[in-house]
Amino acid sequence: MIIEYVGVKEINGSLIVIDGVKGVSYEEIVDIKLENGTLRQGRVVQIEGERIVVQVFEGTRQISLKNAQTRLTGHPMEMPLSPEIVGRVLDGAGRPIDGLGDIFPVKKADINGTPINPVSRVYPKNYINTGISSIDTLMTLIRGQKLPIFSGSGMKHNDLAVQIVRQAKITGADSSNFGVVFAAMGVQKDVADYFRKSFEESGVLSHVVMLLNLSNDPIIERTLTPRCALTIAEYLAFELDMHILVIMTDMTSYAEALREFSSSKGEIPGRKGYPGYLYSDLASLYERAGMIKNHSGSVTQIPILTMPNDDITHPIPDLTGYITEGQIVLDRNLQGQGLYPPVNVLPSLSRLMKDGIGEGYTRADHSPLANQLFASYAKVIDARSLASVIGEEELSPNDKKYIEFGRLFEERFINQGFNENRTIEQSLDLGWELLGHLPKSELDRVDDSILDKYYVDKTEENK
Amino acid sequence: MDNYKIFGINGPVVTVKGPTEFQMMEMVYVGNEKLVGEIIGITDEATTIQVYEETTGLKPGDPVEGTGAPMNVLLGPGIIDNIFDGIERPLAAIEEQLGAFISRGSAVSALDDEKLWDVTLKIKAGDELKGGNIYATLPETPIIEHRLMVPPDLNGVVTKVMPDGKYKLFDTVAVIKDNLGIEHNLTLCQKWPIRTSRPVKERLSPTVPLITGQRVIDTLFPIAKGGAAAIPGGFGTGKTMTQHQLAKWCDADIIIYVGCGERGNEMSQVLDEFSELIDPKSQRPMTDRTVLIANTSNMPVAAREASIYTGITLAEYYRDMGYHVAMMADSTSRWAEALREISGRLEEMPAEEGFPAYLPSRLAEFYERAGRITSLCGSEGSVTLIGAVSPQGSDFSEPVTQNTKRFTRCFWALDKSLAYARHYPAINWIDSYSEYFNDLDPWFKENQGEDFVKYRTKISALLQEENQLMEIVKLIGSDVLPDDQKLVIETARVIRVGFLQQNAFHADDTFVPLEKQKLMMKTILHMHKKAKKIISAEIPISKILQLGLFDKLTKMKYDIPNSKPEMFDDYIADIDKQLDSIMQ
Repeated sequence: MIIEYVGVKEINGSLIVIDGVKGVSYEEIVDIKLENGTLRQGRVVQIEGERIVVQVFEGTRQISLKNAQTRLTGHPMEMPLSPEIVGRVLDGAGRPIDGLGDIFPVKKADINGTPINPVSRVYPKNYINTGISSIDTLMTLIRGQKLPIFSGSGMKHNDLAVQIVRQAKITGADSSNFGVVFAAMGVQKDVADYFRKSFEESGVLSHVVMLLNLSNDPIIERTLTPRCALTIAEYLAFELDMHILVIMTDMTSYAEALREFSSSKGEIPGRKGYPGYLYSDLASLYERAGMIKNHSGSVTQIPILTMPNDDITHPIPDLTGYITEGQIVLDRNLQGQGLYPPVNVLPSLSRLMKDGIGEGYTRADHSPLANQLFASYAKVIDARSLASVIGEEELSPNDKKYIEFGRLFEERFINQGFNENRTIEQSLDLGWELLGHLPKSELDRVDDSILDKYYVDKTEENK
Repeated sequence: MDNYKIFGINGPVVTVKGPTEFQMMEMVYVGNEKLVGEIIGITDEATTIQVYEETTGLKPGDPVEGTGAPMNVLLGPGIIDNIFDGIERPLAAIEEQLGAFISRGSAVSALDDEKLWDVTLKIKAGDELKGGNIYATLPETPIIEHRLMVPPDLNGVVTKVMPDGKYKLFDTVAVIKDNLGIEHNLTLCQKWPIRTSRPVKERLSPTVPLITGQRVIDTLFPIAKGGAAAIPGGFGTGKTMTQHQLAKWCDADIIIYVGCGERGNEMSQVLDEFSELIDPKSQRPMTDRTVLIANTSNMPVAAREASIYTGITLAEYYRDMGYHVAMMADSTSRWAEALREISGRLEEMPAEEGFPAYLPSRLAEFYERAGRITSLCGSEGSVTLIGAVSPQGSDFSEPVTQNTKRFTRCFWALDKSLAYARHYPAINWIDSYSEYFNDLDPWFKENQGEDFVKYRTKISALLQEENQLMEIVKLIGSDVLPDDQKLVIETARVIRVGFLQQNAFHADDTFVPLEKQKLMMKTILHMHKKAKKIISAEIPISKILQLGLFDKLTKMKYDIPNSKPEMFDDYIADIDKQLDSIMQ
């Protein structure tokens, strides 16, 4: 027998309180029917005896104390899954919106997932060639990694994400077992369209699952979007052995939705009003990347977030950086100079690259070259700040060489066309060519044997 | 015991209505799946329970069952070379049972209770035993002898002893009768509550250094065995990397590595690397001396809070056997955040940044469990604590960093700008400190000679001087400095690049013995002294720089193998020869 509870006790933001409920379980999904026939869904977020608090995904507009009938479904939020899901367009809560009808589930899975046992993880070592010099050489993306793009409003993070999807070559993957799960959270319609069009142009659209929660969609649904996306990704990767790239944009909107929900629930706020559990919550998403034993598939994540006011110490990028395995930081000054992709290499990092590069993966000189480029470019920044005080003319000859190296590095190495696809050899050789503009004695991160092989002196004195 | 039922559920916090008989901090089983929980608040109206697993699907009315004892861990053979979650559940056994994803309520014994251990009894009937006495030993791994100790609160006379042989974990190997006439079975294991420190006979002062093979730590900021250190640093500054290096190379007998709210892939990296690495001392895989506790960031938050205590209790257990144990906690900020999260759910009054007001006292309690001691059985052991701190927004003034600073005596501050320039370990030599110099200097003098301490003082003086000169250089460039100050900058560069910077991926440079560290300092200082003399003779520094000696010194860490300290003599002879030629 299914009991329907008529009416609610209290309404506050997206939450409704219902009294006298029996047999409810924590995080259970409830169906809410309004008098005018509309159907909504909600989730039990708090239980106190027979009084329950339900979070309504579509918002509480039009609900009154009397007009709603609530029914318990008896299970937590689940996502219907089947191989047919590839190529579909879903809303933020995982329901089809492309007019192609319902998904006939082969199985259903709890969208919250369960943590991967650390013992069962395979340490990711396979590198993904993105064809972008700065990323491949200095912050190599590894299959199974979570590598976010830290960007700001108005910067070219969407272009970069599209270029990565278009150019990404995964060894051992072909179009039949490579797929993209794209989750849009609180982005504009045009942005979602841009992604759709770009996937179409690059011929991957038939391997893409899109989940769209646009900026005017309910915020509670937004908190479900990444979970649905990752549930799909895990299913495709660990049951159908596909290599899945998950792009989630924009994590900042997601975190703000979480804050809105938390404050309507009356929780004690942490830093900048975000709930104290923001770290755990973000981790429950990001940690769903990886590879596991006995399965050949993988989940690689590229979350995109816009740093409020370009502030990398803001809680969202800060906590993200503590969970993810590195970050790609975009820089407004570089973009202002007309450079694309505007990757600020110094704060960017890939934690997993050290084991996925070098002999057998890319080339033996990759690691020392990357270290040397980082170290030398850091000195460029020092030289520039000195030059801004005393003028470039007054710099020592050595510092002048650094200024020249910095200019070339930005114009030729970081800067790269939207359609330019460089092989790893091209990128590495370009790195050595640029280092040739510095005297050999300045290259203190590289063994002599490697220097002898790759270093060609191009400084003024030797021309 | 009465049957109690769940009344309310809010995240990991569950309440039971009405007065109950539970004790504060008692371990309980919640719901039909028997999720592990702990009593954290009692009033006459309601009892509050913190649940260590996901609470999705729990219903009001589900049973809550008490265990009558506080949250505890099982101590016995099988801990080493194992990997546990935050409440000592063996992850490998769970994988076997449940597959790659961890579901809830998995009832797996913490330690393998089927394995047979080769036990040697050390007592005979009639012996009088006190808490802490060793009654049997067994080889746990090829390098660790597990010593079974009478539980600390038990005294009595041995009434029965089994012969040497193979026994399982819960088999009785001896029986003792206490002074009330009650008989107690001694098995291969015992339990201990994780939030209580194990008793010791005497605490000793920390006079022996923990040798890590990391130059910046061993020479500039040494830590004592039984000491406590904090490694604060923003993301990407290399906290985890530094912790891994210490876990691999420090000269402790046993390593407890706690991954508290960190990345899953990092833990699998540790598993991979440690099983491949060979310990230089014992020639055995590193895993033979390592215990991993992995409560990754997506595992339940309450178990994350407990993981630190589980780790330190295991550490104390081995310390009591007479081992030197080093525990790495990565990261204590995640633990503090777990405290904050649970405190928020309990609607406690928040103090600074939303952290509960009891954060400092909890941190103090934790770090106070480090120390060098004489155990109840009379042997010497130590627990060294090295806690990583992840300050929010890389701001060291936040509460976790500030409070940790108060309770640790070593502070290895990681620096973002060093990390950006890929200077690793990115330990900032100006902000960091060690308060153990006074305790440790006698040891260094005795084992490495008076010179070691003298060199170190000079090296840090040079770095300080450089730091001040850099203020000027930043404003007007280095060209205008007089030659003797240019020399300071040049030598400091050698110290920074050639000495402080250390390559974890280089076969020789990843671990450097003290002897080589000392000779490196000696060579650099010799060069400096000699060059200073030349400059005071009005010979321009450019002449010295042309020789390329400084560049040679920055590479000596790679060019001189750890096994050939005698090569330093050639370097010094070469410096003398070349510089003397300028003089003439």
